[in-house]
Amino acid sequence: MTDPVVSLEDAGLRYGETHVLHDLTFSMSEGDIVTVIGPNGAGKTSLIKLILGIEKPSSGHVRQRAGTRVGYVPQRMTLQPTLPLTVGRFLGLAGGDASAIEAALARTGVAQLADESVHHLSGGEFQRVLLARAILRRPQLLVLDEPAQGLDVNGQSALYELIRSLRDELNCAVLTVSHDLHVVMASTDTVLCLNGHICCRGQPEQISQDPAFTQLFGENLANTLAVYHHHHNHSHDVHGETVP
Amino acid sequence: MIDLILNDFFWRAMAGGLMVAMVAGPLGCFVVWRRMAYFGDTLAHSALLGIALGTAFQANLNLSIVLVCVLLAVILMLLSRQQSLASDTLLGILSHSSLAIGLVVLGMMQDFSIDLTGYLFGDLLAINQRDLLWIALGGALILMLTVWLWRGLLMITIHEELATVEGHRTGLLRLALMLMLSLVIATAMKIVGVLLITALLIIPAAAARPLAATPERMAVIASLLGMGSVVAGMTLSWHVDTPAGPSVVVAAFGFFLLLWLVRARAPA
Repeated sequence: MTDPVVSLEDAGLRYGETHVLHDLTFSMSEGDIVTVIGPNGAGKTSLIKLILGIEKPSSGHVRQRAGTRVGYVPQRMTLQPTLPLTVGRFLGLAGGDASAIEAALARTGVAQLADESVHHLSGGEFQRVLLARAILRRPQLLVLDEPAQGLDVNGQSALYELIRSLRDELNCAVLTVSHDLHVVMASTDTVLCLNGHICCRGQPEQISQDPAFTQLFGENLANTLAVYHHHHNHSHDVHGETVP
Repeated sequence: MIDLILNDFFWRAMAGGLMVAMVAGPLGCFVVWRRMAYFGDTLAHSALLGIALGTAFQANLNLSIVLVCVLLAVILMLLSRQQSLASDTLLGILSHSSLAIGLVVLGMMQDFSIDLTGYLFGDLLAINQRDLLWIALGGALILMLTVWLWRGLLMITIHEELATVEGHRTGLLRLALMLMLSLVIATAMKIVGVLLITALLIIPAAAARPLAATPERMAVIASLLGMGSVVAGMTLSWHVDTPAGPSVVVAAFGFFLLLWLVRARAPA
Protein backbone atom coordinates (compact mmCIF):
# COMPACT_ATOMS: atom_id res chain seq x y z
CA MET A 1 0.00 0.00 0.00
CA THR A 2 1.47 3.34 -1.01
CA ASP A 3 1.37 6.46 1.10
CA PRO A 4 -2.14 7.94 0.64
CA VAL A 5 -2.54 11.48 -0.73
CA VAL A 6 -4.84 12.35 2.11
CA SER A 7 -6.00 10.38 5.12
CA LEU A 8 -8.41 11.01 7.97
CA GLU A 9 -8.11 9.17 11.25
CA ASP A 10 -11.02 9.50 13.71
CA ALA A 11 -11.23 13.10 12.58
CA GLY A 12 -13.91 15.31 14.09
CA LEU A 13 -14.85 18.96 13.85
CA ARG A 14 -16.93 21.05 16.17
CA TYR A 15 -17.84 24.70 16.23
CA GLY A 16 -18.35 25.68 19.85
CA GLU A 17 -20.65 23.03 21.28
CA THR A 18 -21.91 21.79 17.94
CA HIS A 19 -20.32 18.60 16.67
CA VAL A 20 -20.42 18.93 12.91
CA LEU A 21 -18.36 15.87 12.09
CA HIS A 22 -17.10 12.96 14.16
CA ASP A 23 -15.13 9.73 13.82
CA LEU A 24 -14.23 10.09 10.16
CA THR A 25 -11.72 7.55 8.96
CA PHE A 26 -10.84 7.10 5.32
CA SER A 27 -7.98 7.69 2.96
CA MET A 28 -7.48 8.39 -0.72
CA SER A 29 -4.63 7.43 -3.03
CA GLU A 30 -3.77 8.54 -6.56
CA GLY A 31 -6.47 7.66 -9.04
CA ASP A 32 -9.20 7.13 -6.42
CA ILE A 33 -12.52 8.76 -7.08
CA VAL A 34 -14.61 9.28 -3.97
CA THR A 35 -18.07 10.83 -4.01
CA VAL A 36 -19.51 12.18 -0.78
CA ILE A 37 -23.27 12.41 -0.59
CA GLY A 38 -25.48 13.40 2.28
CA PRO A 39 -28.47 15.54 3.18
CA ASN A 40 -28.22 19.26 3.85
CA GLY A 41 -26.39 19.96 7.08
CA ALA A 42 -24.59 16.61 6.95
CA GLY A 43 -21.24 18.37 7.12
CA LYS A 44 -20.18 17.94 3.48
CA THR A 45 -18.66 21.38 3.15
CA SER A 46 -17.01 21.04 6.57
CA LEU A 47 -15.46 17.77 5.40
CA ILE A 48 -14.02 19.58 2.40
CA LYS A 49 -12.59 22.27 4.66
CA LEU A 50 -10.91 19.59 6.79
CA ILE A 51 -9.41 17.86 3.78
CA LEU A 52 -8.19 21.13 2.27
CA GLY A 53 -6.65 22.20 5.58
CA ILE A 54 -8.87 25.31 5.84
CA GLU A 55 -10.18 23.97 9.15
CA LYS A 56 -8.10 22.06 11.68
CA PRO A 57 -9.77 18.94 13.14
CA SER A 58 -10.89 19.40 16.75
CA SER A 59 -10.19 15.69 17.32
CA GLY A 60 -8.31 12.99 15.46
CA HIS A 61 -6.00 13.65 12.54
CA VAL A 62 -6.17 14.81 8.95
CA ARG A 63 -2.98 14.26 7.00
CA GLN A 64 -2.10 15.49 3.55
CA ARG A 65 1.02 13.92 2.08
CA ALA A 66 3.79 16.51 2.34
CA GLY A 67 4.00 18.71 -0.73
CA THR A 68 0.65 17.63 -2.17
CA ARG A 69 -0.60 19.95 -4.88
CA VAL A 70 -4.32 20.49 -4.42
CA GLY A 71 -6.81 21.64 -7.02
CA TYR A 72 -10.04 23.01 -5.61
CA VAL A 73 -13.28 23.80 -7.39
CA PRO A 74 -15.38 25.74 -4.86
CA GLN A 75 -19.14 25.77 -4.75
CA ARG A 76 -21.16 28.78 -5.93
CA MET A 77 -18.48 31.39 -6.26
CA THR A 78 -19.92 34.86 -6.01
CA LEU A 79 -17.70 37.30 -7.84
CA GLN A 80 -17.82 40.98 -7.03
CA PRO A 81 -19.08 42.74 -10.17
CA THR A 82 -16.89 45.69 -9.20
CA LEU A 83 -13.80 43.57 -9.81
CA PRO A 84 -13.04 43.40 -13.54
CA LEU A 85 -11.56 40.03 -14.39
CA THR A 86 -11.04 38.09 -17.58
CA VAL A 87 -10.94 34.32 -17.63
CA GLY A 88 -7.30 34.41 -18.72
CA ARG A 89 -6.28 36.72 -15.89
CA PHE A 90 -8.24 34.63 -13.39
CA LEU A 91 -6.22 31.57 -14.41
CA GLY A 92 -3.03 33.61 -14.47
CA LEU A 93 -3.47 34.33 -10.75
CA ALA A 94 -3.01 30.61 -10.10
CA GLY A 95 0.41 30.77 -11.77
CA GLY A 96 1.42 29.23 -15.06
CA ASP A 97 2.32 30.84 -18.37
CA ALA A 98 0.06 31.81 -21.25
CA SER A 99 0.47 28.52 -23.12
CA ALA A 100 -0.32 26.44 -20.02
CA ILE A 101 -3.43 28.55 -19.42
CA GLU A 102 -4.51 28.09 -23.03
CA ALA A 103 -3.96 24.34 -22.80
CA ALA A 104 -5.92 24.03 -19.55
CA LEU A 105 -8.86 25.97 -20.98
CA ALA A 106 -8.76 23.88 -24.15
CA ARG A 107 -8.69 20.68 -22.06
CA THR A 108 -11.96 21.59 -20.33
CA GLY A 109 -13.49 22.77 -23.60
CA VAL A 110 -13.65 26.50 -22.96
CA ALA A 111 -10.61 27.79 -24.90
CA GLN A 112 -12.78 30.38 -26.66
CA LEU A 113 -13.55 32.09 -23.33
CA ALA A 114 -9.96 33.21 -22.51
CA ASP A 115 -10.62 36.91 -23.11
CA GLU A 116 -14.20 36.87 -21.81
CA SER A 117 -15.11 38.61 -18.55
CA VAL A 118 -15.80 36.12 -15.77
CA HIS A 119 -19.01 38.02 -15.06
CA HIS A 120 -20.48 37.02 -18.42
CA LEU A 121 -20.19 33.26 -18.07
CA SER A 122 -23.03 30.77 -17.65
CA GLY A 123 -22.97 28.38 -14.70
CA GLY A 124 -21.67 25.50 -16.81
CA GLU A 125 -18.99 27.62 -18.45
CA PHE A 126 -17.83 28.91 -15.10
CA GLN A 127 -17.56 25.38 -13.68
CA ARG A 128 -15.28 24.48 -16.57
CA VAL A 129 -13.18 27.59 -16.07
CA LEU A 130 -12.78 26.68 -12.39
CA LEU A 131 -11.85 23.14 -13.39
CA ALA A 132 -9.28 24.48 -15.88
CA ARG A 133 -7.84 26.64 -13.12
CA ALA A 134 -7.61 23.62 -10.82
CA ILE A 135 -5.81 21.41 -13.35
CA LEU A 136 -3.40 24.24 -14.18
CA ARG A 137 -1.72 23.37 -10.91
CA ARG A 138 -1.35 19.71 -12.00
CA PRO A 139 -2.98 18.58 -8.76
CA GLN A 140 -2.41 15.27 -7.02
CA LEU A 141 -5.67 15.83 -5.19
CA LEU A 142 -8.68 17.39 -6.90
CA VAL A 143 -11.55 18.50 -4.65
CA LEU A 144 -14.87 19.56 -6.15
CA ASP A 145 -17.75 21.01 -4.11
CA GLU A 146 -21.07 20.36 -5.85
CA PRO A 147 -19.55 20.67 -9.33
CA ALA A 148 -22.75 19.71 -11.13
CA GLN A 149 -24.97 22.15 -9.30
CA GLY A 150 -27.27 24.04 -11.63
CA LEU A 151 -26.48 21.88 -14.63
CA ASP A 152 -29.05 19.78 -16.42
CA VAL A 153 -28.62 16.02 -16.66
CA ASN A 154 -26.71 16.20 -19.94
CA GLY A 155 -24.45 18.90 -18.62
CA GLN A 156 -23.85 16.89 -15.47
CA SER A 157 -22.89 13.72 -17.26
CA ALA A 158 -20.60 15.65 -19.61
CA LEU A 159 -18.90 17.25 -16.62
CA TYR A 160 -18.50 13.95 -14.77
CA GLU A 161 -17.06 12.35 -17.87
CA LEU A 162 -14.57 15.22 -18.15
CA ILE A 163 -13.56 14.79 -14.51
CA ARG A 164 -13.03 11.07 -15.05
CA SER A 165 -10.81 11.63 -18.08
CA LEU A 166 -8.83 14.29 -16.19
CA ARG A 167 -8.28 11.73 -13.44
CA ASP A 168 -6.91 9.27 -16.01
CA GLU A 169 -4.62 11.94 -17.40
CA LEU A 170 -3.31 13.45 -14.17
CA ASN A 171 -3.63 10.29 -12.05
CA CYS A 172 -4.91 12.42 -9.20
CA ALA A 173 -7.23 11.50 -6.37
CA VAL A 174 -10.67 13.05 -6.91
CA LEU A 175 -13.07 13.94 -4.10
CA THR A 176 -16.50 15.15 -5.20
CA VAL A 177 -19.25 16.35 -2.93
CA SER A 178 -22.80 16.21 -4.14
CA HIS A 179 -26.24 16.44 -2.64
CA ASP A 180 -27.76 15.22 -5.83
CA LEU A 181 -28.47 11.51 -5.60
CA HIS A 182 -29.72 11.21 -9.11
CA VAL A 183 -26.44 11.19 -10.91
CA VAL A 184 -23.43 9.58 -9.34
CA MET A 185 -20.47 8.84 -11.49
CA ALA A 186 -20.17 5.21 -12.54
CA SER A 187 -16.42 5.64 -12.30
CA THR A 188 -16.74 6.49 -8.61
CA ASP A 189 -14.81 3.88 -6.65
CA THR A 190 -16.39 4.72 -3.36
CA VAL A 191 -19.50 6.55 -2.29
CA LEU A 192 -19.29 7.92 1.22
CA CYS A 193 -22.64 8.57 2.73
CA LEU A 194 -22.23 11.34 5.26
CA ASN A 195 -24.46 12.53 8.05
CA GLY A 196 -22.16 13.89 10.74
CA HIS A 197 -20.30 10.62 10.49
CA ILE A 198 -19.87 8.11 7.68
CA CYS A 199 -23.15 6.15 7.70
CA CYS A 200 -22.13 3.75 5.02
CA ARG A 201 -19.70 3.40 2.20
CA GLY A 202 -19.33 1.27 -0.84
CA GLN A 203 -19.45 1.11 -4.60
CA PRO A 204 -22.34 2.99 -6.17
CA GLU A 205 -24.22 -0.20 -7.06
CA GLN A 206 -23.97 -1.60 -3.56
CA ILE A 207 -24.73 1.48 -1.61
CA SER A 208 -28.26 1.95 -2.83
CA GLN A 209 -29.07 -1.42 -1.24
CA ASP A 210 -27.55 -0.47 2.10
CA PRO A 211 -30.17 -0.13 4.88
CA ALA A 212 -28.33 2.85 6.37
CA PHE A 213 -28.54 4.60 3.05
CA THR A 214 -32.27 3.95 2.68
CA GLN A 215 -32.79 5.10 6.23
CA LEU A 216 -30.93 8.36 5.66
CA PHE A 217 -32.55 9.36 2.42
CA GLY A 218 -35.90 7.61 2.74
CA GLU A 219 -37.15 4.70 0.67
CA ASN A 220 -38.43 6.73 -2.26
CA LEU A 221 -35.42 8.93 -2.72
CA ALA A 222 -32.92 6.12 -2.25
CA ASN A 223 -34.54 4.12 -5.02
CA THR A 224 -33.93 6.94 -7.44
CA LEU A 225 -30.15 6.74 -7.08
CA ALA A 226 -29.12 6.41 -10.65
CA VAL A 227 -25.68 5.31 -11.62
CA TYR A 228 -24.45 7.17 -14.60
CA HIS A 229 -22.90 4.85 -17.16
CA HIS A 230 -21.12 6.48 -19.98
CA HIS A 231 -21.90 5.15 -23.40
CA HIS A 232 -19.32 5.97 -25.98
CA ASN A 233 -21.65 6.74 -28.82
CA HIS A 234 -21.63 10.49 -28.43
CA SER A 235 -20.48 13.20 -26.08
CA HIS A 236 -21.68 16.58 -24.92
CA ASP A 237 -20.18 19.99 -25.26
CA VAL A 238 -20.24 22.73 -22.67
CA HIS A 239 -23.83 23.68 -23.46
CA GLY A 240 -25.01 20.11 -23.11
CA GLU A 241 -25.47 19.85 -26.87
CA THR A 242 -24.77 16.44 -28.34
CA VAL A 243 -21.66 16.20 -30.46
CA PRO A 244 -20.97 13.00 -32.39
CA MET B 1 12.81 72.31 -10.64
CA ILE B 2 13.13 70.39 -7.34
CA ASP B 3 13.87 73.70 -5.60
CA LEU B 4 10.69 75.12 -7.03
CA ILE B 5 8.62 72.20 -5.80
CA LEU B 6 10.16 72.25 -2.33
CA ASN B 7 10.00 75.98 -1.84
CA ASP B 8 6.68 76.99 -3.31
CA PHE B 9 3.64 76.06 -1.22
CA PHE B 10 1.46 75.49 -4.29
CA TRP B 11 3.85 73.05 -5.94
CA ARG B 12 4.56 71.32 -2.63
CA ALA B 13 0.84 70.77 -2.25
CA MET B 14 0.60 69.53 -5.83
CA ALA B 15 3.49 67.08 -5.37
CA GLY B 16 2.07 65.75 -2.09
CA GLY B 17 -1.42 65.40 -3.55
CA LEU B 18 -0.16 63.56 -6.63
CA MET B 19 1.85 61.09 -4.55
CA VAL B 20 -1.08 60.32 -2.24
CA ALA B 21 -3.50 59.95 -5.18
CA MET B 22 -1.10 57.55 -6.89
CA VAL B 23 -0.93 55.11 -3.95
CA ALA B 24 -4.61 55.60 -3.09
CA GLY B 25 -5.64 54.30 -6.54
CA PRO B 26 -4.81 50.59 -6.12
CA LEU B 27 -5.76 50.55 -2.43
CA GLY B 28 -9.03 52.27 -3.23
CA CYS B 29 -9.76 49.44 -5.67
CA PHE B 30 -9.44 46.95 -2.81
CA VAL B 31 -11.76 49.10 -0.69
CA VAL B 32 -14.34 48.97 -3.51
CA TRP B 33 -13.85 45.27 -4.32
CA ARG B 34 -13.97 44.16 -0.70
CA ARG B 35 -16.79 46.54 0.26
CA MET B 36 -14.65 48.21 2.88
CA ALA B 37 -15.86 51.81 2.40
CA TYR B 38 -17.35 51.98 5.87
CA PHE B 39 -14.22 50.36 7.25
CA GLY B 40 -12.14 53.09 5.59
CA ASP B 41 -14.35 55.72 7.20
CA THR B 42 -13.86 54.13 10.60
CA LEU B 43 -10.08 54.12 10.21
CA ALA B 44 -10.16 57.72 9.02
CA HIS B 45 -12.24 58.85 11.99
CA SER B 46 -9.87 57.13 14.36
CA ALA B 47 -7.05 59.16 12.81
CA LEU B 48 -8.40 62.17 14.70
CA LEU B 49 -8.00 60.24 17.93
CA GLY B 50 -4.42 59.60 16.79
CA ILE B 51 -3.85 63.33 16.44
CA ALA B 52 -5.39 64.02 19.84
CA LEU B 53 -3.27 61.38 21.60
CA GLY B 54 -0.17 62.39 19.67
CA THR B 55 -0.64 66.00 20.74
CA ALA B 56 -1.37 65.02 24.34
CA PHE B 57 1.80 62.93 24.61
CA GLN B 58 3.79 65.27 22.37
CA ALA B 59 4.65 62.38 20.05
CA ASN B 60 5.14 62.46 16.31
CA LEU B 61 1.66 62.99 14.85
CA ASN B 62 2.13 60.84 11.75
CA LEU B 63 3.36 57.98 13.88
CA SER B 64 0.53 58.28 16.41
CA ILE B 65 -2.08 58.36 13.62
CA VAL B 66 -0.67 55.18 12.09
CA LEU B 67 -0.49 53.48 15.50
CA VAL B 68 -4.09 54.32 16.44
CA CYS B 69 -5.37 53.25 12.99
CA VAL B 70 -3.49 49.95 13.18
CA LEU B 71 -4.70 49.34 16.73
CA LEU B 72 -8.29 49.98 15.67
CA ALA B 73 -7.92 47.73 12.63
CA VAL B 74 -6.66 44.88 14.83
CA ILE B 75 -9.47 45.41 17.36
CA LEU B 76 -11.99 45.32 14.50
CA MET B 77 -10.47 42.12 13.13
CA LEU B 78 -10.71 40.43 16.54
CA LEU B 79 -14.22 41.68 17.31
CA SER B 80 -15.61 40.74 13.90
CA ARG B 81 -14.77 37.08 14.68
CA GLN B 82 -17.27 37.06 17.55
CA GLN B 83 -20.20 37.92 15.29
CA SER B 84 -22.46 38.88 18.18
CA LEU B 85 -22.93 42.25 16.47
CA ALA B 86 -23.40 42.90 12.76
CA SER B 87 -20.23 44.27 11.28
CA ASP B 88 -21.78 47.58 10.20
CA THR B 89 -23.07 48.15 13.74
CA LEU B 90 -19.61 47.40 15.09
CA LEU B 91 -18.00 49.74 12.57
CA GLY B 92 -20.50 52.48 13.39
CA ILE B 93 -19.81 52.20 17.11
CA LEU B 94 -16.04 52.32 16.74
CA SER B 95 -16.12 54.94 13.98
CA HIS B 96 -18.15 57.53 15.82
CA SER B 97 -16.78 56.71 19.27
CA SER B 98 -13.20 57.22 18.13
CA LEU B 99 -14.19 60.47 16.41
CA ALA B 100 -15.98 61.68 19.54
CA ILE B 101 -13.18 60.62 21.90
CA GLY B 102 -10.70 62.38 19.62
CA LEU B 103 -12.72 65.61 19.74
CA VAL B 104 -13.14 65.38 23.52
CA VAL B 105 -9.42 64.80 24.11
CA LEU B 106 -8.57 67.71 21.79
CA GLY B 107 -11.05 69.89 23.67
CA MET B 108 -9.43 69.10 27.02
CA MET B 109 -6.10 70.44 25.87
CA GLN B 110 -6.80 74.14 26.18
CA ASP B 111 -3.20 75.22 26.00
CA PHE B 112 -2.90 73.90 22.46
CA SER B 113 -4.59 75.79 19.73
CA ILE B 114 -5.41 73.21 17.11
CA ASP B 115 -6.77 73.89 13.67
CA LEU B 116 -9.63 71.40 13.76
CA THR B 117 -10.96 72.34 10.33
CA GLY B 118 -7.57 71.56 8.86
CA TYR B 119 -7.71 68.02 10.23
CA LEU B 120 -11.33 67.45 9.31
CA PHE B 121 -11.21 68.80 5.77
CA GLY B 122 -7.49 68.85 5.02
CA ASP B 123 -5.08 71.70 4.67
CA LEU B 124 -3.31 70.83 1.49
CA LEU B 125 -1.70 74.22 1.02
CA ALA B 126 -0.07 74.05 4.46
CA ILE B 127 2.12 71.05 3.57
CA ASN B 128 5.71 71.70 4.63
CA GLN B 129 8.90 70.00 3.51
CA ARG B 130 8.80 67.54 6.41
CA ASP B 131 5.24 66.51 5.50
CA LEU B 132 6.33 66.03 1.93
CA LEU B 133 9.13 63.73 3.08
CA TRP B 134 6.64 61.70 5.16
CA ILE B 135 4.28 61.40 2.21
CA ALA B 136 7.12 60.32 -0.09
CA LEU B 137 8.42 57.68 2.34
CA GLY B 138 4.95 56.38 3.28
CA GLY B 139 3.87 56.39 -0.36
CA ALA B 140 6.94 54.47 -1.52
CA LEU B 141 6.43 51.87 1.21
CA ILE B 142 2.74 51.39 0.36
CA LEU B 143 3.47 51.18 -3.36
CA MET B 144 6.17 48.56 -2.84
CA LEU B 145 3.91 46.49 -0.59
CA THR B 146 1.04 46.75 -3.09
CA VAL B 147 3.17 45.46 -5.95
CA TRP B 148 4.81 42.77 -3.85
CA LEU B 149 1.56 41.41 -2.36
CA TRP B 150 -0.64 42.09 -5.39
CA ARG B 151 -1.41 38.51 -6.40
CA GLY B 152 -2.16 37.37 -2.87
CA LEU B 153 -4.31 40.40 -2.10
CA LEU B 154 -6.26 39.83 -5.29
CA MET B 155 -6.76 36.14 -4.51
CA ILE B 156 -8.12 36.73 -0.98
CA THR B 157 -10.47 39.28 -2.55
CA ILE B 158 -11.73 36.86 -5.20
CA HIS B 159 -12.08 33.79 -2.97
CA GLU B 160 -10.54 33.44 0.45
CA GLU B 161 -10.68 29.65 0.63
CA LEU B 162 -9.27 29.17 -2.84
CA ALA B 163 -6.45 31.50 -1.81
CA THR B 164 -5.80 29.37 1.31
CA VAL B 165 -5.69 26.18 -0.73
CA GLU B 166 -3.25 27.79 -3.15
CA GLY B 167 -0.89 28.55 -0.29
CA HIS B 168 -1.55 32.25 0.33
CA ARG B 169 -1.26 33.35 3.96
CA THR B 170 -4.73 34.88 4.11
CA GLY B 171 -4.59 36.19 7.69
CA LEU B 172 -1.29 37.97 7.10
CA LEU B 173 -2.50 39.40 3.80
CA ARG B 174 -5.63 40.81 5.40
CA LEU B 175 -3.52 42.37 8.14
CA ALA B 176 -1.14 43.81 5.54
CA LEU B 177 -4.04 45.39 3.68
CA MET B 178 -5.25 47.04 6.89
CA LEU B 179 -1.75 48.31 7.66
CA MET B 180 -1.47 49.76 4.18
CA LEU B 181 -4.87 51.42 4.52
CA SER B 182 -3.85 52.88 7.87
CA LEU B 183 -0.67 54.24 6.31
CA VAL B 184 -2.45 55.78 3.35
CA ILE B 185 -5.02 57.37 5.67
CA ALA B 186 -2.26 58.86 7.82
CA THR B 187 -0.63 60.39 4.76
CA ALA B 188 -3.85 61.42 3.01
CA MET B 189 -5.09 63.30 6.08
CA LYS B 190 -3.02 66.32 5.16
CA ILE B 191 -4.54 66.38 1.72
CA VAL B 192 -8.28 65.95 2.17
CA GLY B 193 -8.80 65.58 5.90
CA VAL B 194 -10.44 62.93 8.06
CA LEU B 195 -13.94 63.33 6.66
CA LEU B 196 -13.02 63.08 2.99
CA ILE B 197 -10.27 60.43 2.91
CA THR B 198 -12.60 57.60 1.94
CA ALA B 199 -13.74 59.70 -1.02
CA LEU B 200 -10.17 59.90 -2.32
CA LEU B 201 -9.97 56.11 -2.03
CA ILE B 202 -13.26 55.00 -3.53
CA ILE B 203 -14.30 57.66 -6.05
CA PRO B 204 -11.34 57.26 -8.46
CA ALA B 205 -11.59 53.47 -8.16
CA ALA B 206 -15.33 53.46 -8.86
CA ALA B 207 -14.83 55.86 -11.76
CA ALA B 208 -12.17 53.54 -13.22
CA ARG B 209 -14.39 50.46 -13.15
CA PRO B 210 -16.19 50.93 -16.51
CA LEU B 211 -12.87 51.58 -18.25
CA ALA B 212 -11.09 48.45 -17.10
CA ALA B 213 -11.20 44.79 -18.12
CA THR B 214 -8.55 43.57 -15.67
CA PRO B 215 -7.87 44.43 -12.02
CA GLU B 216 -4.40 45.75 -12.86
CA ARG B 217 -5.79 48.19 -15.39
CA MET B 218 -8.46 49.35 -12.95
CA ALA B 219 -5.76 50.07 -10.34
CA VAL B 220 -3.64 52.09 -12.77
CA ILE B 221 -6.63 54.04 -14.13
CA ALA B 222 -7.76 54.77 -10.56
CA SER B 223 -4.33 56.19 -9.80
CA LEU B 224 -4.37 58.34 -12.93
CA LEU B 225 -7.92 59.60 -12.25
CA GLY B 226 -6.96 60.41 -8.67
CA MET B 227 -3.93 62.35 -9.87
CA GLY B 228 -6.07 64.12 -12.47
CA SER B 229 -8.48 65.06 -9.69
CA VAL B 230 -5.64 66.54 -7.66
CA VAL B 231 -4.49 68.65 -10.60
CA ALA B 232 -8.04 69.75 -11.48
CA GLY B 233 -9.03 70.40 -7.86
CA MET B 234 -5.87 72.37 -7.09
CA THR B 235 -6.28 74.46 -10.22
CA LEU B 236 -9.87 75.23 -9.27
CA SER B 237 -8.77 76.08 -5.75
CA TRP B 238 -6.04 78.40 -7.08
CA HIS B 239 -8.26 80.32 -9.47
CA VAL B 240 -11.55 80.46 -7.58
CA ASP B 241 -10.08 80.35 -4.08
CA THR B 242 -12.02 77.29 -2.93
CA PRO B 243 -10.74 75.00 -0.14
CA ALA B 244 -8.17 72.66 -1.69
CA GLY B 245 -9.15 69.27 -0.18
CA PRO B 246 -12.87 69.46 -0.96
CA SER B 247 -12.05 70.79 -4.45
CA VAL B 248 -9.99 67.66 -5.15
CA VAL B 249 -12.92 65.47 -4.06
CA VAL B 250 -15.35 67.51 -6.19
CA ALA B 251 -13.06 67.05 -9.20
CA ALA B 252 -12.94 63.27 -8.57
CA PHE B 253 -16.72 63.19 -8.37
CA GLY B 254 -16.87 65.11 -11.66
CA PHE B 255 -14.68 62.47 -13.34
CA PHE B 256 -16.87 59.74 -11.87
CA LEU B 257 -20.11 61.27 -13.16
CA LEU B 258 -18.65 61.98 -16.58
CA LEU B 259 -17.30 58.45 -17.07
CA TRP B 260 -20.50 56.74 -15.95
CA LEU B 261 -22.66 58.99 -18.10
CA VAL B 262 -20.48 58.32 -21.16
CA ARG B 263 -20.64 54.62 -20.38
CA ALA B 264 -24.42 54.68 -19.97
CA ARG B 265 -24.83 56.36 -23.35
CA ALA B 266 -22.45 54.04 -25.20
CA PRO B 267 -24.00 50.88 -26.67
CA ALA B 268 -23.18 47.90 -24.46
